[in-house]
Amino acid sequence: MPKIPLSWLAESVELVPGATPVDIATSLAKVGLEEEGIHGSGVEGPLVVGRVLTLVKEEQSNGKTINYCRVDVGSHNDPEGPGHKPDNKESYPASRGIVCGAHNFVEGDYVVVVLPGATLPGPFPISGRKTYGHWSDGMICSARELGLGEDHSGIIVLTELGFSADALEPGQDAIALLGLDEKTLEINVTPDRGYSFSIRGVAREYAHATGASFTDPAALEVTGAAGDGFPVLIEDQNPVRGNVGCDRFAARILRGFDPSAAVPGWMRQRLEAAGMRSISLAVDVTNYVMLELGQPLHAYDLAKVTAPLVVRRARPAESIVTLDGATRVLHGEDLLVCDSTDGHGERPVGLGGVMGGLDTEVSETTTDILLEAAHWDPITIARTARRHKLGSEASRRYERGVDTALPPIALERALRLMQEHGGGVIEDVYTDVDHVPSVEPIEMDDDFPARIVGVPYTAEQVVESLTQVGCSVAVDGDVLVVTRPTWRPDLEGPINLVEEVARLQGYDALPSVLPVAPPGRGYTHSQIVRKSVARSLAEAGLTQVLTYPWISEARLDECLLPADDVRRDVIRLANPISAEQPLLRTAIFETLVDAVKVNLGRGAQDVAVYETGRAYLGRLVGAIPATYSGTSITPDDVLALNEAIPGQVRRVAGVMAGNRVLSGWDGHATPWRWTDALAMVEKVERACGVVLEISSEVGERQSSAPFHPGRVAVYRLEGEIVGAAGELHPKVCENLGLPARTVAFELLLDPLIDESEGVLVTASPVSGQVLAKEDFAFVVPASVAAGDLVSAVIEAGDGLVEDARVFDVYTGSQIGDGMKSLAVNVKMRDADHTLTADEVLSVREAIIAAASERFGAVLR
Amino acid sequence: MTELSPLDADGVAAAVADALAAFEAAADLDELKEARLAHTGDKAPLTLANRLIGGLEPADKAAAGKAMGGARAAMGRALAARTAELEAERDARVLVEEAVDVTLPSSRALVGARHPIETMQERMCDLFVSMGWEVAEGPEMEAEWFNFDALNFDPDHPAREMQDTFFIDPPSSGLLMRTHTSPVQVRAALERRDSLEEGRGIYVVCPGKTFRTDELDATHTPVFHQIEGLAIDKGLTMAHLKGTLDHFARALFGPEAVTRLRPAFFPFTEPSAEMDLRCFVCGGDDASCRTCRGTGWIEWGGCGMTHPNVLRAAGIDPEKYTAFAFGMGIERTLMFRHNVTDMRDMVEGDVRFSQQFGMEI
Repeated sequence: MPKIPLSWLAESVELVPGATPVDIATSLAKVGLEEEGIHGSGVEGPLVVGRVLTLVKEEQSNGKTINYCRVDVGSHNDPEGPGHKPDNKESYPASRGIVCGAHNFVEGDYVVVVLPGATLPGPFPISGRKTYGHWSDGMICSARELGLGEDHSGIIVLTELGFSADALEPGQDAIALLGLDEKTLEINVTPDRGYSFSIRGVAREYAHATGASFTDPAALEVTGAAGDGFPVLIEDQNPVRGNVGCDRFAARILRGFDPSAAVPGWMRQRLEAAGMRSISLAVDVTNYVMLELGQPLHAYDLAKVTAPLVVRRARPAESIVTLDGATRVLHGEDLLVCDSTDGHGERPVGLGGVMGGLDTEVSETTTDILLEAAHWDPITIARTARRHKLGSEASRRYERGVDTALPPIALERALRLMQEHGGGVIEDVYTDVDHVPSVEPIEMDDDFPARIVGVPYTAEQVVESLTQVGCSVAVDGDVLVVTRPTWRPDLEGPINLVEEVARLQGYDALPSVLPVAPPGRGYTHSQIVRKSVARSLAEAGLTQVLTYPWISEARLDECLLPADDVRRDVIRLANPISAEQPLLRTAIFETLVDAVKVNLGRGAQDVAVYETGRAYLGRLVGAIPATYSGTSITPDDVLALNEAIPGQVRRVAGVMAGNRVLSGWDGHATPWRWTDALAMVEKVERACGVVLEISSEVGERQSSAPFHPGRVAVYRLEGEIVGAAGELHPKVCENLGLPARTVAFELLLDPLIDESEGVLVTASPVSGQVLAKEDFAFVVPASVAAGDLVSAVIEAGDGLVEDARVFDVYTGSQIGDGMKSLAVNVKMRDADHTLTADEVLSVREAIIAAASERFGAVLR
Repeated sequence: MTELSPLDADGVAAAVADALAAFEAAADLDELKEARLAHTGDKAPLTLANRLIGGLEPADKAAAGKAMGGARAAMGRALAARTAELEAERDARVLVEEAVDVTLPSSRALVGARHPIETMQERMCDLFVSMGWEVAEGPEMEAEWFNFDALNFDPDHPAREMQDTFFIDPPSSGLLMRTHTSPVQVRAALERRDSLEEGRGIYVVCPGKTFRTDELDATHTPVFHQIEGLAIDKGLTMAHLKGTLDHFARALFGPEAVTRLRPAFFPFTEPSAEMDLRCFVCGGDDASCRTCRGTGWIEWGGCGMTHPNVLRAAGIDPEKYTAFAFGMGIERTLMFRHNVTDMRDMVEGDVRFSQQFGMEI
């Protein structure tokens, strides 16, 4: 995002006197330019100009040669004598002693000296120290050490940077001299505000925020005349979304330029402060003007291009080598600037609006420059930049919108700067192929902003704000006819104008009015039930966690899912964060175990966690349309879209390891057992208001994994499997690093909740009659499910059995192989009288008969 | 020992006095029982004297009976009183002896907790439901149309890249992990648009999980939670948006909370704003505050008037209805409200994090 050197900003707008960088950032935030950072050079003095008095080369035992220099630093000098430290035998004139390893300077050169007490970027505090047998009082600096670029091949010799020796004085403050006192404000420009990618745009916004006076740097007279300049043709045979790729192309020639001319220090400093590298005068000027006005420019070596330049789309398999040296194989939508060296418009010399070509760029021998300033279609540029992953300074601006009026102005500004610092003659006649359509005015009721914003703006205020942002406004009764400025392509309709009025008049003016909504229907059944589920599990001792929903391929194997299991119907991310975890979880368990491991890894021994959320299961049904034509969507479209989105049913899952009850002063520890996992499911059932069928039967493509096949309860709702609970497979515990006998459960929530939606409990009266209790011990084959026996007992009671419960199970030698004894406690009660002994006896006989008939049960 | 005569008034009085003294002297219920047996038992002098009444002259019987009755009554009263005293003493002693150390751990069962992101979300929804708003939800894996196109994101506009999106493979599937909860706004508007014709405005909040391709660090997480609000009605203005946000901020952060709107850009709102809260740490008075970086404000969320194109996408006529929308991160809210300094604590699943918050927030 753009970095704005404040001294540069101040050239176009009067900064409020005494405003600090934070104040300026605050002002800009008020109109929508958010601060991203305030940067300084990181250099704190003393940093001064020094003149090298003497330089003695001393060879060292490590093979290096160092220079012991005495440097005149004016008022910072030690007095004449032995120097800073007494071990010096010699006597020196007033100066400081500095050891320097660079060799690109000689006695008499003006250099930059950082003295003890100073700080260089890093931060790197400077102090005097003993080195190579000398006391060294600081450093002679390279450009890189000062944060002035990457050059570290030698130290800075100020005259080589363009400073005149006459203007330099030993001891002079070098911070101001080198522009290191510059503060730079980095701002975030939102995608609708392309024009704020320039000093010009930010200065205008600062003026909006503060009322300060703004001087448009683009308000300069264009000399010469548009006409038969360098021939340029726009031949776009394949407009993207109906837009011709280039609607304005201006070009102008500068002849007799000195390619070796130095870049002025101030320009270099500003470019570097803005985050760009200094390259050569011609290139630096194009960048400077781009940063200042927002118009990207491209300089060709005129000698290397053959007229005419042709703008056209790339052909299949065509390629270009761009400025950065990369070969780019092009797409038919990429827009090229071509010259006619190899025939009419045959040779690509630039990837239009994104990056110039390597072959025709200006070099250290270029004396005649052809400078291009064009306006490109934002969509074409955005697609090309994305396609080639080539976000350039130019593309960033074009895809957000550039002022269509700028091209000849930017050429004028740039060529004048090149001429001023590098000489040459600007050709009078320039090229300006201009197909920019005229701006359509927008009609808006003058009270529309007030109606949307809720502040009673007067018509005058509305006109004033719109005029201030650069619109021209004609008043036609209550209607304003507004023509947007060329730099605001984002002002497409009345609603955009409303925002301009609101932000210029200030969001602070907004009153605070709480709207009254119509009476609502409260939470849905599903929302109420889900909260109840989450709460009851937490109250049962489980802690809720939220895990990321992505997994590795290996996780499915670790969970022992067979190849045909539905949970292998996995959905893949196109761009996962980690290539190792490209899949979306197909069950919460798959990621919930990671939370268990985090806790175990941090020393916990007893961990019980649960998660409510979604897993993503199912096969993609195929491509669905990304974009509907038109702006509205029909209910059928919504239906089609929804059907194309794979299942992501809400679920709940829990994993419990270690102890459920800890050992303590009043008792022993109780581990989490498979029964606890089933008990959690019962809690969920109660919260949802459903009763599930429970068995150990797995389903088609639904294996018992990751559970122990003999210790898993499979739950069904109307025949469909909705979950499972029990002990994990020992191998799964081993694979996942979980303690042995870890238990778990996972249930689909949505079907359970849907089942109870709208179902009302019909209350039965509560009988106050005396309770009768009877116990039974039935010997049945081991395969008989306890639940089935209990159901049969209740049924046999014919309404008189209030509750029946298995309270003991016995297997062993007393009852024979393949048999088990189930002890059942039965409570009986009638609604209107106390049961007589005979009545109790007949219920008892009915129960025994039913158990015997259904299960071959024998009373023990 | 000579027998006590029932007619020996002095003797009877002395025997009663002996008995009363013995009862009084009994230190506990056992001693009292001994004293009772000694003075009222079968062999007690007064019991024996009582037996002699039958052998007395008829003329003396009445007087002797009266004397004996008086003696028994006096002893009975004394005995009852002393018994009550000693029982009260015993009961008090037993309660002291049975005292336990109530500071010992009372529960050994593992204790659970809700995740604060969820409870924060519920608290936020509770506020809006209390105002008559409804809670709308939608899928996390979403169609690109709902996530972007319907929200006025042009397919080629750089705004589409403001949000680093997880796409479902293959990219031609047109599916993604939603980058915000805003697609639910569109779904809610589509589902409820008929109620506008009946004169009922649409007021919904949409909480839920969202996804962006950020690496996990102290302030970013690729999976996070948002709550968005959408109100569609006749005559809604940005002032109503500001009023709703002020109410929301005060409900969560206390009556002193101060909000600020500042211009911003979102494709789905126009005018758009960022919503800031006055810095909780420095209150705007410390230029070196690290929480707000000296600006005095902390960004809480984005908001604005719903773009007419979004209303059109949901089949709602922007000439008739206006709408506002807002959205904020729940993680961020939790960080401000509860001083959570590292986002990683919320996502790693360490139960100690959730347990600080318990069941409510």
